[in-house]
Amino acid sequence: MGAYAYLAPETVDEVVSVLAEHAADGQRAQVLAGGTDLLVQMRSADKTPRTIVDIKKLEETNRLEIGDEQVFIGSAIPSAVLYENEALKSILPGLLEASDLIGSTQVQGRATMGGNLCNASPAGDSIPAMIAVAAVCEIVGPAGPRQMQVEEFVTGVGKNALVDGEFLLGLSIPRPGPGTADAYLRFIPRTEMDIAVAGAGVSISLDSDGLCTAARVGIGAVAPTALLVPDAAAALIGSHLDDDALRAAGEACSAAASPISDKRGTAEYRLKVVAVLCRRAAAIAQQRASATKE
Amino acid sequence: MPRIQVETTINGQSQEFLCDANQSLLDVLRDELGLTGTKEGCATGDCGACSVLVDDRLVCACLVLGAEAQGKTVQTIEGIAGEELHPLQQKFLEHAALQCGICTPGFIVAAKALLEKNPDPDETTIRYWLAGNLCRCTGYDKIIRAVQDAAKELAHPA
Repeated sequence: MGAYAYLAPETVDEVVSVLAEHAADGQRAQVLAGGTDLLVQMRSADKTPRTIVDIKKLEETNRLEIGDEQVFIGSAIPSAVLYENEALKSILPGLLEASDLIGSTQVQGRATMGGNLCNASPAGDSIPAMIAVAAVCEIVGPAGPRQMQVEEFVTGVGKNALVDGEFLLGLSIPRPGPGTADAYLRFIPRTEMDIAVAGAGVSISLDSDGLCTAARVGIGAVAPTALLVPDAAAALIGSHLDDDALRAAGEACSAAASPISDKRGTAEYRLKVVAVLCRRAAAIAQQRASATKE
Repeated sequence: MPRIQVETTINGQSQEFLCDANQSLLDVLRDELGLTGTKEGCATGDCGACSVLVDDRLVCACLVLGAEAQGKTVQTIEGIAGEELHPLQQKFLEHAALQCGICTPGFIVAAKALLEKNPDPDETTIRYWLAGNLCRCTGYDKIIRAVQDAAKELAHPA
C-alpha cells in the first residue's frame, strides 16, 4: 500500500517520464486535469493511493489555437474558459454547447473537454459532439506523439486507448469551412445539471444550393461508448435534409444504438429519443451551415 | 510521505499551509486554516456549498486539491464582507433567503461571481448560474429575489 503523491511537471517530457516510470515500477499514476471526475472517484469508488500528475502547468495543454486549417484545444482548458471565447463559439457552436452542458457553473470552472473524453463515460456530453466535428486526439507518450480519431479513442465504459506513459495533450479539429456547421442536443428530464438520457451531435456541410455534401453524426448515452453513425450521415448526404432524409438519419441512429435501461430511461425510450435528437440537431446544424455559406 | 508545502493568497493575505497530496482545498480551508465558512455538503461537486474563487474562477473547493492552490489566489466567504456586510449578505438577510444556512456561503460566493461578470442579470441567467448551488429549505425564490435586489443595490447604492 503506497501513499498519495502530487506532482505538477512543467514539461511534456517530464509528464511522460513520470507516467512511464510509475508504470515500469508497477506503481499507479493518474493524470489530473480539471479533477471533477478524478477527485470524486478518489473519495468513493477508487481510493487506492497513487501519484497524481497535474498537467495544468504545461504550456501545450493550455494552448487554444484557432488556425486557418484547424483548431487546437489543449486538454487542460476548463469549459468555462472555452465558452467565453466568442470566436471559438462561432466556429464550433455544437461542440461548445455540448461542453457547456457539463455540470454547473462551478464544475465548468474546472472540467475540461480532454478530461470528459478520457473519463470515457458513455454519457459524456462532449464526446458525440467531438465525433461530429471529426476531432482528433493528440496523444504523447514514451514512443512519441500519435493521433487517433475520437470515435476510436474510447474503448469501453470508463476505458480509453491510452497506454502506459501516454496522456492526452489536446484535440485537433478541422476548422469548418463556409457552409459547414455543427450542433449538439441532449435530453435530460430537467432543465439543468443532469446526465444525458441520450445525446446527438451532427455536423453538416451544404453546397451553394443547400444540398448536403458531407455530414457526421455522433450519438451518446445509448451504447457503452459514444458512436460515430456513418449510416446516419449517408442518409443526409445528397439530400436537402428534407423530412425523409432526417427520418432515415434518425432511424440509423436508433439502429446503431444498444442502450441499457436505467433510472434515467428505458432502452426502448432511448432508442426513440436518440432518433429525435439526431433529426433536430441536423436541422439546427443545417440552419447554422446555411448562415455561414459564402 | 512528507506533507506538501503550499504558498497561496487567501482573501488578500498571503498564506502558507501544509497538506496531504489527496487533501481537497475544502479540507485545507476548514481543517488546516480554520476557515469554516466554506461548507461541505456533498463533497462530489453537486451542491455548491463549498463554492470559492480560485484565480477569480468560481469552483467547488471539494473538487480542487489543496496542492493545486500553489501560487494561486483563493477567495472565500470570509473575504466578502468589509466593515459592513456585502449587499448580497444584507439582501439575503432582508429577503429571508436562508433558513438552515448551510448553502448560504456558497450561494453568496457564487452570486458575487455572477454580479461581477454580469451586473444586471435577468432571472433566467441567475437561475442557470446558481443551478449548481442546492438549497433544500427556501425553494430558491427568496434567494433569486435577494440576488436581484443586491444587483440593484450595487448598481445604485442607496
